[in-house]
Amino acid sequence: MPTLETTFAGIKCLNPFWLASAPPTNCGEQIMRAFDAGWGGAVWKTIGAPVTNVSSRYSSIDWAGQKMMGFNNIELISDRPTQTNLDEIREVKRRYPKHVVIASLMVESNRESWHDIVDRAEDAGADGLELNFGCPHGMSERGMGSAVGQVPEYCQQITEWVKEKARTPVIVKLTPNISDIRIPARAAKRAKADAVSAINTINSITGINLDTLEPNPMVDGKSSHGGYCGPAVKPIALNMVQQVNSDYIDGDPIPMSGIGGIGTWQDAAEFILLGSGTVQVCTAAMHYGYRIVEDMADGLLNWMRQKGYNTIDDFRGLSLPNVREWKNLNLNYRVVAEIHADKCIGCQLCYTACWDGAHQCIHMDRTEGKAITFAGTDPRYAMHQANPHGMPTPDQRFAQSIMTISTTPIPKLDLDGLGELGPYATPLTRIPRVDEDECVGCNLCSLVCPVPDCITMERRDDPSIAPNTWAERVAAGAVPTGASDPNHGNPNHS
Amino acid sequence: MSEPANSLGHSPVSFYAQSPTPGDVSARFPDLHPAFEKTAAIAEAHRCLYCFDAPCMSACPTHIDVPKFIKKIATGNLEGSAKTILDANILGASCSRACPVDVLCEGACVMHRYNKQPIEIGRLQRFAMDALHESGAPLPFNPGPDTGKRVALIGGGPASLACAAELRRRGIAADIYDARPLPGGLNTYGIAEYKLPLAESLREIDLLSQLGVTFHFNTTVDAAKLASLEAEYDAVFLGMGLGAIHKLGLAGEDLPGVTNALDYIAGYKSGAITTAPAKVAVIGAGNTAIDAANAAVRLGATEVTMVYRRGPEQMSAFSFEYEHAKQEGVKFLWHVVTAGLEGNGKLEALKLAKLEATADGSLVPVQGSEFTLPVDLIILAIGQATHTEFLSGDKVKLERGRILIDRATGQTSNPKYFAGGDCTNGGREVVDAVADGKRAGIGIAAALEAN
Repeated sequence: MPTLETTFAGIKCLNPFWLASAPPTNCGEQIMRAFDAGWGGAVWKTIGAPVTNVSSRYSSIDWAGQKMMGFNNIELISDRPTQTNLDEIREVKRRYPKHVVIASLMVESNRESWHDIVDRAEDAGADGLELNFGCPHGMSERGMGSAVGQVPEYCQQITEWVKEKARTPVIVKLTPNISDIRIPARAAKRAKADAVSAINTINSITGINLDTLEPNPMVDGKSSHGGYCGPAVKPIALNMVQQVNSDYIDGDPIPMSGIGGIGTWQDAAEFILLGSGTVQVCTAAMHYGYRIVEDMADGLLNWMRQKGYNTIDDFRGLSLPNVREWKNLNLNYRVVAEIHADKCIGCQLCYTACWDGAHQCIHMDRTEGKAITFAGTDPRYAMHQANPHGMPTPDQRFAQSIMTISTTPIPKLDLDGLGELGPYATPLTRIPRVDEDECVGCNLCSLVCPVPDCITMERRDDPSIAPNTWAERVAAGAVPTGASDPNHGNPNHS
Repeated sequence: MSEPANSLGHSPVSFYAQSPTPGDVSARFPDLHPAFEKTAAIAEAHRCLYCFDAPCMSACPTHIDVPKFIKKIATGNLEGSAKTILDANILGASCSRACPVDVLCEGACVMHRYNKQPIEIGRLQRFAMDALHESGAPLPFNPGPDTGKRVALIGGGPASLACAAELRRRGIAADIYDARPLPGGLNTYGIAEYKLPLAESLREIDLLSQLGVTFHFNTTVDAAKLASLEAEYDAVFLGMGLGAIHKLGLAGEDLPGVTNALDYIAGYKSGAITTAPAKVAVIGAGNTAIDAANAAVRLGATEVTMVYRRGPEQMSAFSFEYEHAKQEGVKFLWHVVTAGLEGNGKLEALKLAKLEATADGSLVPVQGSEFTLPVDLIILAIGQATHTEFLSGDKVKLERGRILIDRATGQTSNPKYFAGGDCTNGGREVVDAVADGKRAGIGIAAALEAN
């Protein structure tokens, strides 16, 4: 049987699921309930500099009827007395000795302040320290949080101060609000940090109230940029986690606690496949409560069993070698879209997507003879005749459709005995056709298709031809020299 | 009386305010398909896949751009949603309630093949139209600049209303002549109240009259009147629908207690009928027959029986109408013919005989199978006759009583006459009449412009 138990930067973990430093880890009572629900660890809401919070603090964006696709906050670090937080850390560790409690720290940028808070947190029983160099709002205006994380020298200096004192592992939390996240990660490595965590929240304005013209979240008619998180940021986080975990400058990669839009076991698996040793969750727990960890653990274990992985380390980082620079991708690999007519429901989303968003190689001509001329006399569509494939454009088809005369069928008279509850087969006229010669294999049609496995991408390259990359072509001097080179352009579009 | 009820530039008379339906009748006919609550409408709108060149749009005779109006509901643009609907179908509110969506837009929805749950297009359309009506806003269209052209429209039903709207948007005067005291024809008087309340039909026409459509009520058009209209106007649109319901041709048909489905439905909707006697029989098995049978149940009949010469597989009603009638408690006598009406001073019973099919498929009474069904009221619903007597001579070409038209323009064999709706198609849905009227309005405008 696989196990979720793992060790992260020397810290033994019941499972890789930690609550990130945020409102769900505000106090001991919350964290103990989270541990009861199944969380393996918690990074305490950041302790340190005194703050006052505003009201309101959070905002979100919804998508197509789903709530909180993206979430942001302008809340600062813990506004509770430091001693209260430390007393509660001690109490939580006394009651839950096997669960991981990490103290997230942020104090003014001087050696004494950092030495003092490190000492006090470790005396309280924290299993490790996370240095909050990432918080993008409020604290950064006071020279803390992302103001540190954005300057590699500060990041290195403070980490060194902490390491002078720390007896437990030190995790440096990285800000994504920087052009290359590897730079502060290298600074952390130079300062001998034990691990990094990424990403913190992303600078954002989630939206504007169209009645009041005030941005969200609103504080007395005004707002401020806030930290963005939730499902929407996961792709950004995965990219940054991969970048840091594949970076060998200033030393080998150090353990990574992955953060950013994680809410399911699949999300967790992806962060681990890109090298994360633990994952941290906030928004999903704020949305649905601590209970979400049950399926995260259950689902990940089931997947591990199906894949034959016994431990987190068995699959950690396995996808890293599959991320390459673009120039090292095989230019001879070729797929084309295949529409499985038996599954097609006739929505034609692939058709309009291909015409407007891709390469105009999906057509609605399964039942037409080759000689058909289409709506060519309408002056509004004169320009459409210039389309590269000489095929009717979506607008021409639409214009044709609204000119047809249809009537309400009378049962037994018009429906040919089928009755109005007929078999609902997709008419052949509505099933699109892919022109394989023109298809560039971009995936768009398969992405917009609402039906699972209806559009698949099928391999069409000649397996006897060896892979060939841009880098290899450059090395061989076999690339076009500029925009006026006659060899310029994709051979698919000759 | 032939006074114009309104004219452009004057505050129109509200037909809605003149709705005659008594409250206690309305209370017995609550919405069969209730209005969407706002959050439910938005959730349903989000479920729409936003098909391109959507099958629902093609299935709709008026080609409402369904995905377009649904996505506007999803984004909260209800004003734009209503305009999208009205642009294609000026009676979008009535159609959202009266349409047999199962065989039209919702029947064509690709969701049947996806998760088996078509989008509730009819209810979404009603949601957008209700929002427009509740806002008190006028139609989002203006009359076109006056062309000086004038068109007379015979009949005030959906075909003429849709035709008139197209004419007004093109600056052509539209004068509707109707035999009844209120506009809308069958849309107002002939649709089951639980589908389309009479008042809702009038509310929609109130908006239409703001475009400057003029109504002449209580006006019967005969051959002489038609001749004068033809002389007075640049074109004539024939949208008078069908005529009276056929009679059985049996003795006793004049007895009190014998009526027909259209009179019965118009009667209860306009307040002339408020209760039903205990035992009611409906002769026929079409959609109108079912509307009448269900109405008798709602109005208090304890035993309502539908009598039909053939079996359920041959009935011309939609199957969802048949299911609805069964739910209402209507009973069915299949393969039975009415052989006589019995009664002394008023109807008391139907004499019925069982039918069997002969080798050539015709139906003949079974010897000795006659039986008696005691009834207080019978409602005939065995099809409508045509109403074309006033088109004397060869004014327009007819085929089996229907006016022949060019489907694309509504033009008849007489270039000055256009037609649409039931008088051309033999009796279909409101939405078919609207589509006919719309095409004819555009066709008339094109013809007048070409002159």
